[in-house]
Amino acid sequence: MPTLGEIIRESQIWKSIFRHPAPVDRRNRIVVMLTNFFLHLHPVSIKKQGIALSFTWCMGGVTFFLFLVETVTGVLLMFYYRPTLEWAYNDILALRDVTSLGILREIHRWGAHAMVITVWLHMYRVFLTGSYKPPREFNWVVGVILLLLTLLMSFTGYLLPWDQLAIWAITVGSNMARATPFLGYEGPGNQLLTIDGIDMITNASDARFGLLGARFVGEETLNRFYVLHCVAIPLGVALLLAIHFWRVRKDGGISGPL
Amino acid sequence: MHGLPPYDLFLKQVSGFLGTYYLLLAVMNAVAAFLLWRGERQRELCRVPIVDFPVTPALVWLLVSGFFLLISPLAYSGDEQWMALISLPGSVRSGINWMMNPTAYTLGSLALVAAAFLARRFLVKPWVAWSMLNLSMLLMGMSMTDQNFANIVTKPDNVPIVGLIFLLGFFTWLATYQAVQNDDRAKQGLEPLEKLDSEKVLVWPDLVYTELICMVALTAVLLLWAIALQAPLEEPASAVKTPNPSKAPWYFLGLQEMLVYYDPWMAGVVLPSVIVAGLMAIPYIDFNKQGNGYYTIDQRKFAYIMFQFGFLVLWITLIVMGTFLRGPNWNFFGPFEYWDAHKVEALNNVDLSEYFWVTALQSSRPRAPEGSGELMKFGWALLREIPGIVLVIGYFAMVPPLLVVSSKFFQGLFIRMGFIRYMVLTNLLLMMMLLPIKMLARWTVNLKYFVALPEYLLNF
Ligand code: HEM
Repeated sequence: MPTLGEIIRESQIWKSIFRHPAPVDRRNRIVVMLTNFFLHLHPVSIKKQGIALSFTWCMGGVTFFLFLVETVTGVLLMFYYRPTLEWAYNDILALRDVTSLGILREIHRWGAHAMVITVWLHMYRVFLTGSYKPPREFNWVVGVILLLLTLLMSFTGYLLPWDQLAIWAITVGSNMARATPFLGYEGPGNQLLTIDGIDMITNASDARFGLLGARFVGEETLNRFYVLHCVAIPLGVALLLAIHFWRVRKDGGISGPL
Repeated sequence: MHGLPPYDLFLKQVSGFLGTYYLLLAVMNAVAAFLLWRGERQRELCRVPIVDFPVTPALVWLLVSGFFLLISPLAYSGDEQWMALISLPGSVRSGINWMMNPTAYTLGSLALVAAAFLARRFLVKPWVAWSMLNLSMLLMGMSMTDQNFANIVTKPDNVPIVGLIFLLGFFTWLATYQAVQNDDRAKQGLEPLEKLDSEKVLVWPDLVYTELICMVALTAVLLLWAIALQAPLEEPASAVKTPNPSKAPWYFLGLQEMLVYYDPWMAGVVLPSVIVAGLMAIPYIDFNKQGNGYYTIDQRKFAYIMFQFGFLVLWITLIVMGTFLRGPNWNFFGPFEYWDAHKVEALNNVDLSEYFWVTALQSSRPRAPEGSGELMKFGWALLREIPGIVLVIGYFAMVPPLLVVSSKFFQGLFIRMGFIRYMVLTNLLLMMMLLPIKMLARWTVNLKYFVALPEYLLNF
């Protein structure tokens, strides 16, 4: 009598999805890594040291997992949330008080904080093991951009609840852009950019205006940050992550003593 | 008092948390004791005299566990008198408040990091690290009965930073623990520990299962966190009601803290860009081939110290200060101090040009004559600020060559790196040092700006 598991695993449907037998013996454990889309990110075999938790702290992996959690909970939150002055705050309020899956917001927010922390810890580990040294210099650079994008993702998301905490944190943060040298209307050197005596850099054309879409944090900003937060930056992160992981493999796998 | 809820009510609120907190600490130590007891080697520390009973580390941690078990019900009681026993005494708290200011805090953090670095061989011993963990947890618990402390630390968005402090402590310990071992091995001519594990294993199951377990554990942590702590939601946004203090998100508070010392164009634009560029430059300016792929400190001391100074001292401690110790009007408050919006701090900072022309030369600052043209005005302004301008240009242009001339170490760097890479490295380091230099100048002589050109929005 074949067991139920065997029947399922011998069925045409199962075999069409998983292109290999169950990874129970050495041969098939190798095959599974080569034929499964999600697993082929990994090598087939790896130095024991490269997977020691005491070495990598699994921090890159944890950061990546948090990114996935943020993506899934973020998409679900988008079902509930409308980025307009009229609705933004009320939709968040409803998530807290009414919506049955309101805990999604908690997971999303704490996940975001956690991701900032883990990405720092990952960088810390990579520095402490000297893993940025040749041939991994460029992957470190990719990492720094990822770090920057992670912070920007967190920053743009901070505005969306549209409460006092949100708009004033973003106001304080984006006020800096006003002082950008040459491109901010309170920045040094902006007077140089005049044409026929007309200032090119005003509070309606400077770097901060470009960031906020307005002279102060308002509806345009909410829309702009929403698009950045939900679409533009995550796409950038996804692309860079693909490069990051690809380079980890191409640079010879996790670093180790030569 | 101060519009805070009454103290006994507050104690009732924290009692549940604190009791559980101490209970968890008791469990943590009991587990440690159990693991030690199960372990093979039973080290005997000493013997209890009369009954001749051996004292082992396991016993010590069991006693510590018993201690936490004992104070847990005190905390659960929520009773003012009982809880006074497990609180920092008021005199200690006001002493700490009185001692704390930006200078003491920053220099203290620096001293702490430096001391930890120098004493690393001692601190990485597991029993030392474990004692420090217990002590800091106890100190934290004993502070939680202070209303002002609890208010700031338990603000939902601040909780991650408390976590960050402990995580950084743990991982710094873990890395140093391995680095010290590797450094000792290197002295004996042995290869790093990581090398011993270079045999290959299959990714399925070894790595895939680890990842799976990590994911499950992380999901559990996130869920618990989400259930225990509600995400903050304040009043609806209002463009007319400015909260005091207005703070950027916590990960940018180091930058906001820099605003105390530099104008926004520096603190908010130039220095952050330099940080990013500097991080990216690290692999290209660190030419040291040693220490690639394993933990070590001795083999890359210079890089290690520079990074830790930038990361732990300048980035992390400033974030911690910005979060917990900066209150209304960005004034500094001790950890147990009430955030009084009316606290006034005298600000009488002086520009370098004023020190130069007025204090030193006993004259007045040069000013363009009435009715002079734009160019004349500019020239006069430059003349007025000449001491600062010379200083700044000298700082960036002269210090790198002076270092080569005066220090064997930098001479070696220069020879091995070549002109361009050497200049990039030293200028990045000089950029990083701008902040501590301005801090020192502010604390000692109330210096406001090295170069003050407000008419061109260029204050430095
Ligand atoms: C969204 C952020 C990031 C994610 C998801 C991520 C993910 C990963 C993962 C999964 C690995 C494999 C090894 C490990 O887990 O430690 C890795 C390796 C690496 N990461 Fe990242 N990373 C991120 C950001 C960064 C940052 C900020 C840096 C540095 C500034 C960086 C530099 C590197 C380098 C150099 C390696 C190779 C390490 C080695 O071979 O030992 N990454 N990353």
